[in-house]
Amino acid sequence: MSNQTATREPQRQRTRPRALRSARSRIRLEYLAVPVLLVAAWEVAVVSGAIDARSVPAPHTVVQTWWTWVAGSDAGSADPYSGTWFASVFASAQRVVLGFLIASAAGTAVGLLIGWSRPARVLLQPVIDILRPIPTTAWVPFAVVFFGIQPSASVFLIALGCFPPIVLNATAGALATPKVLVSAALMLGTTKRRALWRVALPSALPSILTGLRVGLALAWVLVIVSEMVAVKSGLGFSLWDAYYFGRMDVIVVAMFTVGVLGYLSDKALGLVSKPVLRWAP
Amino acid sequence: MTAPPVAPMISCRDVHKRFATKASTTFVALGGVTLDIAAGEFITVLGPSGCGKSTLLNMIAGFDSPTSGDLLVDGAAVTGPSPDKGVVFQEFALFPWLSVRRNIAYGLRERKVGKAEQRRIVDGMLELVGLQQVADHYPHQLSGGMKQRVSLARVLAIEPKILLLDEPFGALDEQRRMQLQDDLLRIWEQQRKTAVFVTHSIEEAVVLGDRVVVMAAQPGRIRTVIDIDLPRPRDRTSDEFNALRRTVTDALWS
Repeated sequence: MSNQTATREPQRQRTRPRALRSARSRIRLEYLAVPVLLVAAWEVAVVSGAIDARSVPAPHTVVQTWWTWVAGSDAGSADPYSGTWFASVFASAQRVVLGFLIASAAGTAVGLLIGWSRPARVLLQPVIDILRPIPTTAWVPFAVVFFGIQPSASVFLIALGCFPPIVLNATAGALATPKVLVSAALMLGTTKRRALWRVALPSALPSILTGLRVGLALAWVLVIVSEMVAVKSGLGFSLWDAYYFGRMDVIVVAMFTVGVLGYLSDKALGLVSKPVLRWAP
Repeated sequence: MTAPPVAPMISCRDVHKRFATKASTTFVALGGVTLDIAAGEFITVLGPSGCGKSTLLNMIAGFDSPTSGDLLVDGAAVTGPSPDKGVVFQEFALFPWLSVRRNIAYGLRERKVGKAEQRRIVDGMLELVGLQQVADHYPHQLSGGMKQRVSLARVLAIEPKILLLDEPFGALDEQRRMQLQDDLLRIWEQQRKTAVFVTHSIEEAVVLGDRVVVMAAQPGRIRTVIDIDLPRPRDRTSDEFNALRRTVTDALWS
């Protein structure tokens, strides 16, 4: 009718992906240039003897160790780590997912409530303000005493550490809900109570997802910290255990493993949130 | 005073609105407004900023309540916002996370109208405001004029008793504004809803209204009400139109 520029825009985007995709994969290769150079320099430095191979393993040693850790047979092998990689990854990932989910559910719910209702803010905000400045790592001894050397201690610490960024962002999101949207919803027949779900939640979603992303990154930090001290399994435990046995190669592999897992989980969260945020300008 | 033959659709009786300000003084937004609006009437409310015209509209809509005085819509006191009082906001107030289609269906969904019926009504509304091509777009992909059409369709879909429009075209350029005024009139002629349209544009007030309510500030009050007897569609450049524009302008500045 009045103008159709808006109709044309998405169509143009629809015809573009193929060209864009090839351009993007070319860019990806360029992105790898510096990392590849760094690994090569590292290899040369160790092999040439510039760096002592006992303190820093060469990349090829790291790859070997990784392979043994992942695919080696665990029976009667000389390497105690042989074939245990998946078990460790599974143990750590499970704790991250569990702790993160608990924090996500609780943090989003509490954050929305605080941002939405004054009474909830009065009751809950002080609790959060008092507990938040305590670093999660300071909770480690408490968690060990309270839960024992158990996976639950790790899950507790992760949930505790993820909670603040999630709750803060959910609160900010709910607080920033445009008043006029609430008015519009009430006018269209939404009850005041329901407006929290109908308006505040969707309106706060971009902010909530930011909080979740920060929380997820923290979850990987905390799973390593907690497993070093409070649990006898998982990547953090392997890392600490390898330190005691002077297995620098295992330490490096564990470090890279956590890095890869953190990267993948962040990408997964991004993929999940993409359709949710299709409407955001 | 003689009783009107038919009960008014909207009735304001000595409506006052005072706000407490910081220095423990009160600001009188409205100092006694009395106004009856008949069913099917199109009223435009004109006044400078601070005259309380938006406050009046917000109170009729139920977003705010008078400090004193009575406010009746279809004979019942206003207690809060509800679907029988449709509001079109200046800021469009579309839900950005819903497509055009789902924005229009929002009120129907809240009323638990069946899926097929929802679809039928929404399709009708899309046609009415001429937005079939962008039905599945999100608000951020639309121009201001299109957004306001969606907002209008969303309100008309729930068939409110009255239509309250708060400077709905204020954010649009002149050309788009005139186009939307014509569209609004076309739709209003079909549906004959009681409409209250707040504006600060003299021309807009004269083009649209059966009556123009001219307000003054400090305290907010009705200065005068001017009948616009021109047949629609109104020629914005005719002598009669300009004469009325002058009358309204004089009333505004007196």
